[in-house]
Amino acid sequence: MSTEIVERSAAQIAREVNGGSLSAREAAGAALAQIDRVESRVGAFLTPLHGDARAQADLVDARVRAGERLPLAGVSLAVKDNMCLTGTRTTCGSKILERWIAPYTATAVQRLVNAGAIVVGKANMDEFAMGSSCENSALGVTRNPYDLDRVPGGSSGGSAAAVGAYEAAIALGSDTGGSIREPGAFCNLIGFKPTYGRVSRYGLIAFASSLDQIGPLTRTVEDAALVYDAIAGHDPMDSTSIDRPVEPTANGLLESLSGLKIGIVRQFDTRELGDDIDEVYDRAYHDLEALGAELHDVSLPTADYGLATYYLIAPAECSSNLARFDGVRYGLRVEAQDVQAMYEQTRAAGFGPEVKRRILIGTYALSSGYYDAYYVRAQKARTLVARDFEKAFEDVDLIACPAASSPAFAFNAKSDPYSMYMMDYYTIPMSLAGLPALSVPCGWVTPPGGTRPLPMGLQLCAPIFSEKLLLGAAHAYERATQHALKHKPQVSEV
Amino acid sequence: MSSEKIDVRYVAKLARIALTDEEVDRFGAQLADLLEHVNRLGELDTNAVPATAQVVESRNVEREDTVQPCLDRETVLAGAPQRQGAFFRVPRIIAEQ
Repeated sequence: MSTEIVERSAAQIAREVNGGSLSAREAAGAALAQIDRVESRVGAFLTPLHGDARAQADLVDARVRAGERLPLAGVSLAVKDNMCLTGTRTTCGSKILERWIAPYTATAVQRLVNAGAIVVGKANMDEFAMGSSCENSALGVTRNPYDLDRVPGGSSGGSAAAVGAYEAAIALGSDTGGSIREPGAFCNLIGFKPTYGRVSRYGLIAFASSLDQIGPLTRTVEDAALVYDAIAGHDPMDSTSIDRPVEPTANGLLESLSGLKIGIVRQFDTRELGDDIDEVYDRAYHDLEALGAELHDVSLPTADYGLATYYLIAPAECSSNLARFDGVRYGLRVEAQDVQAMYEQTRAAGFGPEVKRRILIGTYALSSGYYDAYYVRAQKARTLVARDFEKAFEDVDLIACPAASSPAFAFNAKSDPYSMYMMDYYTIPMSLAGLPALSVPCGWVTPPGGTRPLPMGLQLCAPIFSEKLLLGAAHAYERATQHALKHKPQVSEV
Repeated sequence: MSSEKIDVRYVAKLARIALTDEEVDRFGAQLADLLEHVNRLGELDTNAVPATAQVVESRNVEREDTVQPCLDRETVLAGAPQRQGAFFRVPRIIAEQ
């Protein structure tokens, strides 16, 4: 019985809880039972919250009985562990915050709780959201629910694995260079990064502030729209949050793409990804056309420089943001003779290799003598990338391209940093330009050496503030193709 | 763009991270490799291009200078690795003569 409930979409659970045919307690209980059943194999959570979840579910039931209608009533929610939730530890997947208890709640999390969602746990992640595989977590291993020998993607890998393995109906992730879209693609989900500034970052522990954006990981586009509608909107607590009205998206889901112009990026040659993958994307583009879209070639000549641009800007911002972790006010401290040695040894012990690497590259790029050559030049390149998109969107409504360079790979498969960074080749340009973009399941590939089919993601991207059109179109594609339903996660085979 | 050798120890000192000799070698090689890749940006003509710090409409946020509630002292100090009364305790900063 409980398996049935956990496989329902968030929209369906909310309908049933609001309608009285299911209680929030039952819905949350089913998710918690699924966590008990599969978590030892998946490892999606750093901190499961069974007791808090049950208490929260009772509150939701009371609100529904009192006549409230809640858009996410009884919907189980996994929260990436870089978002604060009062009274729970919030680790960022790092030893430096391993025991830190958050004294306040992130706006996005609070808005979902207000909408009736129930936090079932804090999800694993690459340390400080730096990574594309979730292998950089200092605190746990998360496995891909579709092939337990493979990574779930990163950095929101725990959030993606939780939803993929039916341990939560929805999850919040954060996307800096692709950290929602890539794990979404790897785990057969919708991974949606809204326009930069649409969702408050208050309570999200910063990695690269000009890029970070909170967004949903869900099993359907409709669920992504429901989450977005609940979390989007101005928040005075975040000075980069945008103060303009939000157009609701859940009421604008499309059934066809007729009249839409969709751009295919000439520079993004999928043939380089291999025959099987090329075929998946070829068919996806063809399906968009069959749904009524008009396909156009578009050119993003500087997108190819996106990776280089990102790997200067993001580390520069991270070196600045992570300066606050010095052993003085919170988190780990390594005692030493003087304060300078305390800083140096605390940070040496508290940060993992990827975080150190990025702090070093960022410090270098910002240091005297190199600032103009690296950081300022990258910010100028960022302007060029954004202009490319602006120009492309003069001719098309949406852009379609791959979400990741490959399906989920095996643990330890990417040994040198740059080959890992290449995973985000297709998602970084949109992040640099602040655009809303999502990944929607578009097919299955059994990679060489793999034993089972793995999901692939199609990335769709829209001009800023065009979330309604983006989600609407993704819904039409999802409904017509139903790729996500073709295979079940490995953890459902018992 | 420059491709000179990075003084990793110096950069680590600026970043307040103690590195082992092994880390100095490993990070040094990896950073040099990464800089090779990012040096590709030199191919772009960016002379007349303004730098982008924020992509979406961004403006200065102002409000009345009024006192508002914030986290109370106990809540903030609860996360401190070491405290003394109402203060964060740190090692001696100014040395004795």
